[in-house]
Formats: sequence, C-alpha cells, structure tokens
Amino acid sequence: MTIKGKAYIAGIYEHPTRHAPDKSTAQLHAEVAKGAIEDAGLTKDDIDGYFLAGDAPGGLWPMVDYLGFNTKKLRHVDSTETGGCSYLIHLGHAAEAIAAGKCSIALVTLAGKPRTGVMPPRAAGAEADFESAYGATTHNAYGMCAMRHMHDYGTTSEQLAWIKVAASHHAQYNPHAMLKEVVTVEDVLNSPMISDPLHRMDCCVVTDGGGAMIVTTEEIAKSLKKPLVRLIGHGEAMKGPRGGKDLDLTYSAGVWSGPRAFEEAGVTPKDIKYASIYDSFTITVLMQLEDLGFCKKGEGGKFVADGNLISGVGRLPFNTDGGGLCSNHPVNRGGMTKILEAVRQLRGEAHPKVQVPNCDLAIAHGTGGLLGVRHAASTCILERV
Amino acid sequence: MTEAKKYNAPVTNPETAPFWEAAKQGKFLIKRCTACGEPHYFPRSICPFCFSDKTVWEESSGEATVYTYSLMRKSPTGPYAIAYVTLKEGPSLQTNIVDCDLDKIRIGQKVKVVWKPTDGAPLPFFTAA
Repeated sequence: MTIKGKAYIAGIYEHPTRHAPDKSTAQLHAEVAKGAIEDAGLTKDDIDGYFLAGDAPGGLWPMVDYLGFNTKKLRHVDSTETGGCSYLIHLGHAAEAIAAGKCSIALVTLAGKPRTGVMPPRAAGAEADFESAYGATTHNAYGMCAMRHMHDYGTTSEQLAWIKVAASHHAQYNPHAMLKEVVTVEDVLNSPMISDPLHRMDCCVVTDGGGAMIVTTEEIAKSLKKPLVRLIGHGEAMKGPRGGKDLDLTYSAGVWSGPRAFEEAGVTPKDIKYASIYDSFTITVLMQLEDLGFCKKGEGGKFVADGNLISGVGRLPFNTDGGGLCSNHPVNRGGMTKILEAVRQLRGEAHPKVQVPNCDLAIAHGTGGLLGVRHAASTCILERV
Repeated sequence: MTEAKKYNAPVTNPETAPFWEAAKQGKFLIKRCTACGEPHYFPRSICPFCFSDKTVWEESSGEATVYTYSLMRKSPTGPYAIAYVTLKEGPSLQTNIVDCDLDKIRIGQKVKVVWKPTDGAPLPFFTAA
C-alpha cells in the first residue's frame, strides 16, 4: 500500500504576525485553523481529522474542545511530537489516515509565542542525568555539527553564509518577513559569533505565529476551488548517538527519510523544481541537501555557494518565502512553513519575483529536535496535478 | 568568573545508581554487553545494539579524544565548551571541556575525565590531558 496521490493539500494559512503580545497561544491556533479552513472553502464542522504537536496548549482534549470541533464527526486524531518536523510527519500520517478511510478532511495546526509567551518545558528522557548539565542548546548542538562537517569536508563559513544570503534575497519580497534586508557573505561573517562556528546570521529568527493546512481526499479537493496539490511521497526517520557507537554528526536522519519519500514518489532529486529545506541554521540546510541527494556528502558547501539556491539564479530555488533564516520560525518549529511555501510554489501563488516557472514538483523537508543530539526528520514530495 | 558554576545533582534511578555510586569514588563506569562485546554509554540495562540483558559495568580509563565541540558564547554565565568526546574504550559521549584554555580546544585533542561536585553524586566532565 502507498499514500502516493491519496491526499491533497486543499487549504493553507500562515499567520502574518511575528510578534503577538496581545494574543494567546490557543487563539493563534484558532486563527490559523480558521485561515486554512477558509482558504480551502470549507467550514469548521467539516473537519473529521485533527493533528497537533507539542506546541498546542494541553494537547488534544483541550484543543478539540477549545476549537469547538463537531465531535460527532471528528473521528481521527494524532499528536505525534517530533519537534519542528512534526507537521511534515502529520502530513504523511494524514495521508495514511485518508488512504485508510479513517478521515476525509484533516486539519493540522501549529502556533505559539516564543517571543512573548512561555514555552512548554521538554520532558526529560533517560539520558537526562548524563547530559542535562552540559548546556546543549540549539545553537551549540548545531555548532558541533558544523564544526565536524568543516573538519571532515573542508566546508567553510563563507559557504554556509551563502545559504543566508539566498534566503535574504527571497525575504525582500515577503511583506511579512521578519528580516527583509538583503545581506552579503561579509555581513554574515561579520555578525557576532554565537556558538562556533555559527554566527548570528547563521541562525534563524525567533517568531511568534503559526500556520495550518487542510489535507483531504482527491474527490473533495476536486470539488474545491484551489489548484490541486497532492502528496506523492513521504518518509520519516530518527537518529541519535545510540550508546555512543560510530558517532557521526555530519549526516542527519534525512539520509533515511529522503530515499523513502523519493522511492514512494518515483522521482529523484534531479526532478525537483523547488525545495523547502528546514533552516534552523545554515548548517541544517547544507547537511540536509547532502542527505537528500541534491549533491554528494561533503559537497554541500560547493553546492550552496554563489547563489545556487536563489530563485531565478541558481539550480535549486529554496525557501522562497525567506525561510526560517529571514521570514518566520513560529514556535521554533519550521516544518509547517516549509510545507506552506512549497504549496504556494505549486499553486503558482509565490511572489512573482521568486515564483519558479511551471513549478509542478517540490520537496518539503525538515528535522526536529537537535541535529547534534537526537532528532527526527521527515520528507514530503508534493506535486501539482 | 572566579565563582564555580553550580550543577544540579543527578536524579538517579535503579538502573543507573551503580554509575553514580562509583562516581563518588572517582570511578568512571561504562557498560559492556557480554553477549555482543560492545561497550556503550550512557548506561542501559539492556544492550542498545543486540538487546541482550547481559550487560556489565566496566571502569573506563577516562581517556578520550575530542570528536567535535562548540564554544557557546551567548551565555549569562560566560562562554562554555560543549563537546562530544570518544573514550579510549570506544563510546562517544556528550560533555563539557572545562578547566583549560577553551580557545585552544581542537578536534582530535586528548582529554581526560574530571569530576565536578553537586549536592549529590559528582558529574563527569573532561579537560585537556
């Protein structure tokens, strides 16, 4: 059995806010839900599947009640929590549920307030006593990956900086982007060192906000008004130090999730016209491009240099909304916005300055957790019908 | 920066208590599986490689080399160096490099275990060998 072509993304919404001191987290979930439902041309009472992750206050029971779903109709729920890539996994799981007939109109929401609210604490794992004292943060966990990648493959800070430069070229056209200024490689290298070798401009923004999508059947999608965008391949995977054997921080779980998605879709990286690639840090993008097969392991630095990720300039237009590096990283979780911009590209609704001509095949890929510690990865291949 | 950083005591549990008891004696323990022969860290009762329950405690030399590191500069208590080090016995583990010139840390550098006190068992860290 396959989910290939079984599920369509019929509604999308990205909250325009990046700073929401006057809103609650639950309210942001409701606003993005409303946005996605209206984009699809549906109503709240049509929803029969609901997917959320750890950012939703209280989880499923409180959110289902707060949003006021029709509980006689709601028949499938999923609270898979894999950090920033949760929503990519939700898309795959929604497709599975739709293919199995367990629901027909699924809503996925993400929202939160890392800038103006309280972030939910992360539950301790079995490793806590053996690691919590060492102060692993996102910055230094990804810094360790970059440091080893540079050591093993000669990757440079200049090459990493090109990823931020490309994102900034796209962000200048996004009125909602938090950082709209076009930057240069020198700007990135001259920004303060945060955690070696990552500079401030190697890091994504921190934003309040959120996003949502509606996933549905072919029949229902065709009855609605939006251009048809469907999921044709999905993969998910996990990676961690696993007892400390053969530690290698230069690759991510994308080496497993990527091939699973490409195989299901029956396409290869060469066929992809637009790529949404999780960009918590510049090194995240570089490693994932290698892991997904857009270039060989160790050649990511050369691949991203000289504007190769800039729409209209390079071979692989990426994150044309400005991505997490410049536009939005709601709740420190970038998976949802990766899907949303891929759908905009496939619909032809991206900004004209960054729209990829005849964009009919896109990838949305992300990781969750800490790349240098323990993480998940998920890959979605999307097609315009 | 003269004041020593204070660390929380490990919570400990029945599975890991022998590690922390040994730590109080200055011994750094790892686990080895007698079924497949593989050592691992942090310690589990069931081998994460072959899933045998025949795991035994073994004292590590505490000697290691730096696999990777990052100097975190955005910290209210001053810069600190997170690292993965690879023990002579094989397993790699997350730690901080402490009590040495943090700007001189390099991948491949030799380091050795040192202990930092808490209100309970001490915690293992690594410093230049």
